[in-house]
Amino acid sequence: MASIRLAKVWKTYPNGHVAARGVDLSIADGEFMVLVGPSGCGKSTALRMIAGLETPSDGKVFIGDRDVTELPPQDRDIAMVFQSYALYPHMTVRDNLAFGLRMRGVAPAVIAERVGGAAKALGLDSVLDRKPGQLSGGQRQRVALGRAIVREPLVFLFDEPLSNLDAKLRLETRAELARLHRRLAATMVYVTHDQEEALTLGSRVAVMREGQVEQVGPPLEVYRRPATIFVATFVGSPAMNLLPADLLSGFQAEGAPRAAGTTLGVRPHDLSVMPAGSGDLDALVDVVEPRGSELLIYLRLGQTGDGPEVRVITPPDLEVAPDRVVGLRFERARLHFFDPETGRRVS
Amino acid sequence: MRRQGRWATLVIAALVLGSAFPFFRAIAGSLTPEAQLFEGAPLWPSPAVLDHYHALFTERAFWLPIRNSLVVAGATTLFCVTIGSLCAYALARLRFRGKALLLGVILAVSMFPQIAVVSPLFLLLRSIRLIDTYPGLILPYLTFAMPLAVWLLVGYFRQLPAELEEAAMVDGASRLRAFREVIVPLALPGLAATAILTFVYSWNEFLFALSFTLGPERQTVPVAIALFRGQYQVPWGQVLAAAIVATTPVAVLVLAFQRRIVQGLTAGAVKG
Repeated sequence: MASIRLAKVWKTYPNGHVAARGVDLSIADGEFMVLVGPSGCGKSTALRMIAGLETPSDGKVFIGDRDVTELPPQDRDIAMVFQSYALYPHMTVRDNLAFGLRMRGVAPAVIAERVGGAAKALGLDSVLDRKPGQLSGGQRQRVALGRAIVREPLVFLFDEPLSNLDAKLRLETRAELARLHRRLAATMVYVTHDQEEALTLGSRVAVMREGQVEQVGPPLEVYRRPATIFVATFVGSPAMNLLPADLLSGFQAEGAPRAAGTTLGVRPHDLSVMPAGSGDLDALVDVVEPRGSELLIYLRLGQTGDGPEVRVITPPDLEVAPDRVVGLRFERARLHFFDPETGRRVS
Repeated sequence: MRRQGRWATLVIAALVLGSAFPFFRAIAGSLTPEAQLFEGAPLWPSPAVLDHYHALFTERAFWLPIRNSLVVAGATTLFCVTIGSLCAYALARLRFRGKALLLGVILAVSMFPQIAVVSPLFLLLRSIRLIDTYPGLILPYLTFAMPLAVWLLVGYFRQLPAELEEAAMVDGASRLRAFREVIVPLALPGLAATAILTFVYSWNEFLFALSFTLGPERQTVPVAIALFRGQYQVPWGQVLAAAIVATTPVAVLVLAFQRRIVQGLTAGAVKG
């Protein structure tokens, strides 16, 4: 059993920076939890406290039923993949893979067997006797992964493991990680600033901001029902449009329950373009970006384009040109309303 | 550009010649028969003789100060590198109160002029009966060699990525084991540079060695050479021969490792 629990965890660094403000987070056994947020939101600090590389200033950390708050990393039975990979440069790939097992006093025959197995699974057989400096970026990444796998730990921790790879390799490795999680059924905690990575990999996603967890939930729920304005704009690409709800007075009567003065959120995918006058609002087309499978259109509300900017995603074959006035239709069931004071969802 | 290059070459050549000439004269003089030394000694002796070297080891038992110097400089280096690297690692990596102050104090200790501490050290060593012993030299040497070693190594350890030892600790190594298995192998150039500098420093040290020894049994090379002079004459030939014998191993050591020393000293100055 390897569930993880952070209970009211605070972390203040000696320089006064507060990286965690009462983080409460429960991760179930076998779950793939992704911590996501902009840089400086405390997600890496949270991960490092699970690893034991940082000690919380206040609060407790549990792995399984065990209170590990004060336990050093070597006694926690975790494996971690670092952003820089942190391969030991003076050791061969074989020794890198074997290091963790050797430190734990595993018998040499068992070490050889497990290292061989992991190398085979990751396609590293041919480079076992090379040093990390002689490997490509993708190979280094796989060695870092292999070093975690051979350990067969209770918990895997990943600190932005894909950020040093090129786009193609990143997609491949992402799929590889998903397969790995299914095969090992181990608890995994994954830190990233990339919301797309978070949505595709996580069984659940925790969105963090300024040392606090804003929302935790399955990816689709976080996407469909963001709890705050911050989550709404951080998750999903292009970002959700935020407008004063009063703009839509025209159909206020038929809409969901809401108070005047709220902030309306609508995703670019939940707006559709139609002839001027036939939608809920008219808008002036500003820029059209073809993205292959779809069009991203930047518009300004109002017939003269003096209103706020709105982004819309439409099918790629739509006939639309800059400086034309078009109508916009809002998908009624997909509107979000937030309190502009607290940023919390009201609907 | 060409002109400037030529000038630079000239200046460098002059510098090298100027600093190498005394050493060349010492070699030449050590091979010149005693009789010729004082009557306009030639640039290079025509019958080059090894008389002075012979006398050095038969009449003067010069192997004794060499042995003493090796023991004292070797032990000082060993302690400096082992204790100093642990100390430097703690200063480079661990978070604790008063770290900056501690580093400052370590630096300040090495700033005292040697002559200012000779008398108190002598009294101290006498009271614990360490005058004229190896520890009686090694301990005082550590007081000036250790700060140097710690400062060099702190700089070196700081530039090694912290993630490496974090990875080692997550992998199951204790901090000390991570230090031994990951940090030390990666810091070898820095450790080598520190070791050589400490060794050369201790090998050449004169004032403490003169003050804290009483007789030839524990005298080091610089002291032995200084005491060659008799009441009526200075055996210049032997002094020069001894100087060559004392300098050659150090010079060879430095030449062999010069790339490492420069790497070790400038490490961390520039990123990457």
